[in-house]
Amino acid sequence: MKVTLNIWRQSKASTKADFRQDGKLVRYQLDHVSPDMSFLEMLDVLNEQLTQQGEEPVAFDHDCREGICGSCGVAIDGVPHGPERGTTACQLHMRSFQDGAVITVEPWRAAAFPVLKDLVVDRSAFDRVVQAGAFISVNTGAPQDANAIPVPKADADRAFDAATCIGCGACVAACKNASAMLFVGAKVSHFVHLPQGRVERDQRARNLVAAMDREGFGNCTNQYECEAACPKEIPVRVIAELNREFVRAKVREEPVVDKGRGGDG
Amino acid sequence: MKLDARIPSGPIQKKWDERRFETKLVNPANKRKYKVLVVGSGLAGAAAAASLAELGYQVECFCFQDSPRRAHSIAAQGGINAAKNYRNDGDSIWRLFYDTVKGGDFRAREANVYRLAQLSVNIIDQAVAAGVPFARDYGGLLDNRSFGGAQVSRTFYARGQTGQQLLLGAYASLSRQIGLKAVKMFSRTEMLDVVLVDGHAKGIVVRDLVTGEVRAHAGDAVVLATGGYGNVFYLSTNAKGCNVTATWRAYKRGAGFANPCYTQIHPTCIPVSGDHQSKLTLMSESLRNDGRVWVPKKPGDKRKAAEIPDDERDYYLERKYPSFGNLAPRDIASRAAKQVCDEGRGIGDTGLGVYLDFRDSIQRLGRDAIAGKYGNLFHMYAKITAEDPYAQPMRIFPAVHYTMGGLWVDYDLMSTIPGMFVLGEANFSDHGANRLGASALMQGLADGYFVIPYTIAGYLAGQKAGSVQGNRPEFAKAIGEVAAMQKKLLGIQGKRTVDDFHKALGKIMWGRCGMARNEQGLQQALQEIPALRDEFWRDVRIVGGEAGINQSLEKAGRVADFLEFGELLCRDAKERRESCGGHFREEWQDDGEARRDDDKFCHAAVWEYQGPGKTPTRHQEPLTFENVHLAVRSYK
Repeated sequence: MKVTLNIWRQSKASTKADFRQDGKLVRYQLDHVSPDMSFLEMLDVLNEQLTQQGEEPVAFDHDCREGICGSCGVAIDGVPHGPERGTTACQLHMRSFQDGAVITVEPWRAAAFPVLKDLVVDRSAFDRVVQAGAFISVNTGAPQDANAIPVPKADADRAFDAATCIGCGACVAACKNASAMLFVGAKVSHFVHLPQGRVERDQRARNLVAAMDREGFGNCTNQYECEAACPKEIPVRVIAELNREFVRAKVREEPVVDKGRGGDG
Repeated sequence: MKLDARIPSGPIQKKWDERRFETKLVNPANKRKYKVLVVGSGLAGAAAAASLAELGYQVECFCFQDSPRRAHSIAAQGGINAAKNYRNDGDSIWRLFYDTVKGGDFRAREANVYRLAQLSVNIIDQAVAAGVPFARDYGGLLDNRSFGGAQVSRTFYARGQTGQQLLLGAYASLSRQIGLKAVKMFSRTEMLDVVLVDGHAKGIVVRDLVTGEVRAHAGDAVVLATGGYGNVFYLSTNAKGCNVTATWRAYKRGAGFANPCYTQIHPTCIPVSGDHQSKLTLMSESLRNDGRVWVPKKPGDKRKAAEIPDDERDYYLERKYPSFGNLAPRDIASRAAKQVCDEGRGIGDTGLGVYLDFRDSIQRLGRDAIAGKYGNLFHMYAKITAEDPYAQPMRIFPAVHYTMGGLWVDYDLMSTIPGMFVLGEANFSDHGANRLGASALMQGLADGYFVIPYTIAGYLAGQKAGSVQGNRPEFAKAIGEVAAMQKKLLGIQGKRTVDDFHKALGKIMWGRCGMARNEQGLQQALQEIPALRDEFWRDVRIVGGEAGINQSLEKAGRVADFLEFGELLCRDAKERRESCGGHFREEWQDDGEARRDDDKFCHAAVWEYQGPGKTPTRHQEPLTFENVHLAVRSYK
């Protein structure tokens, strides 16, 4: 099959307030695309062609190519990861497109995800949000036996559904507010359904929301675009849970005086 | 090259206790004066970086991905073994130890494997405490399933994404330490050399993949957790970025490379569909719990699967290995698949495939039960092939998946370079010539969480903290060499792309040194690879410069190393004149079953670099089996 691509080319990291000044869409033609190729394999073909012509290949993030590492992520005709629901760009195949299709490929657009080059964006804001509290404070050592605390299967399954997040950023890219609440909600939901995670639920909710605001992500206005774009189909109920946890933590907020550990002789 | 494995004395059950007691400690106030450089952020690297930081060491951690959470451990599907015996089905540390030594075809070091089996139980406890949502039954307790090469159910799992859940657990612990400023994380940063000062590893050279800057980091010890080298075959189940560069450059600085020919070909992957293919996708071994493997009895039978009646199907694993059936170990199941395809009974357009059929399980358990266990795998299969595995059997074929060989390490996981430790898939230590399913996650986490935190102290206690800084001339020299190699690559301006060379190398490797190997083919590979390498250095084309993001330059460095490493792999395969585990030499077989030669090859082969263009030296670490007696490995 044949496809025409309009791909965002940007040689240097974003600097300007108006992203349109940082790069431009460039048109490429591919004449021998197999329907069995993945979308990224189609980009490989383009890059081989460009290299042969002495042009710089299109930079894009990718690694596992089996839909789990969360590296890949481009907006295809304006939709993060493209037209197939519940599918990352690396698992999207060209058979999902018509012969002769014109396809526009752009990087994630969000203030918190600056473009570094072409289709590559900086998603380290997600890492910093996690560092603020998306963990259980347990050191490596000798915790109790894994079966000491039974977890009802339904709770374990709910925790698991949230934990399937691959951190790709499609939720942010899909949101008109560039909100990260599906991502942050998934972290909060994962831990709050497990007894081990409930110990720190208050500070986790507070710290993650503060971190997400600090990174410049917007707020949720209930459009549910994130759920539609999420390649792991994480439900928006995790946002409701995040809101509940945040309000709960706020209500319970009272100054705790840390008396310190030393001084008793 | 001196190979002293430094295995503690005493009975095997006491060895690890013994070592932990005799190893020197670094007192808490002094730990913060030592800096450890951890390269890689997969299960082994992230667990090590987090655990060392918790102990109080200064840690710097490096990964080439944009986030430490993306290391390829994330893609592991099926599960993680642990000798918990929660099923009351006769499991024990001893049985896991025995299964692993036997599964590795008696080519692993007993003492290391025993320690791995001991630590397996702690890993599950640690992971659950960190919030890993393993599968549970309706009583709220942890569930298990079976994996190849074992007759007990000891595999813990998290649907079909156990790797992601365990890695997210280790990443969460690592992130906590980054937030506490105990770990400095360097993402999008690739290690390109190790710096030796007075023979000890005291630093690394890295390239910042965003700015292109090449710089060095100094430390008191270096920990490599950089994964395996399966991508030397181009097509594998590895992520595109997986590479041999860190371990290869360490080898060129004096680290011994052990058993590079031990590569695991996984039996259940989606078959190749065309030349455009950039990687192969695994279908978890756990599927063999409920899927039955078969091909038509008649060669050339082109009927659809559903039209072939049961008595014209050959469920060859059940037939040949009745006691293990479809759960025969990976090397054996792969070889059996190759054999039936060689007989002309392979299925699909290419004839390179066999069926993995769920018809009977769906009838027995219902579609929902199967979807509950394997839903995401079925979904992935349908996405890639546009076929519905609920309605027709999956088509599968073996593919390169894991590499048991790696840098040689002693019992403490230290390489032949003092101060350089190697963890996880990057080392050679625990799986012998074949790794059993659900054991890679176990080893990565055992090394990172529970081995290195103890053993590194034994080294550091003998070193003055911070004695080496980056202003030593060795650092500038190493930076200069890395920069010169990049300049050379960029200056070639030839005609062929990096991927083109990589694919050509992969064809040689798979053709001459894949599922079956022989003297003549390996001899040819040893001529073809250097010729291809020369052509690469004459004719590769990389567009762009050193500064900024240049993915072609990144790939070129990795492929340049694969072009050297592939030769060593074939040389090792040629010299190991026996069949064992994943290393199958056609000359040594009993009707398709591997025939070991314990008299001549009951050892690890360890290669020492001798300089460019020179033949490396092959050393031996003899393997002794005092607890599991050397026997013909049978799964019949």
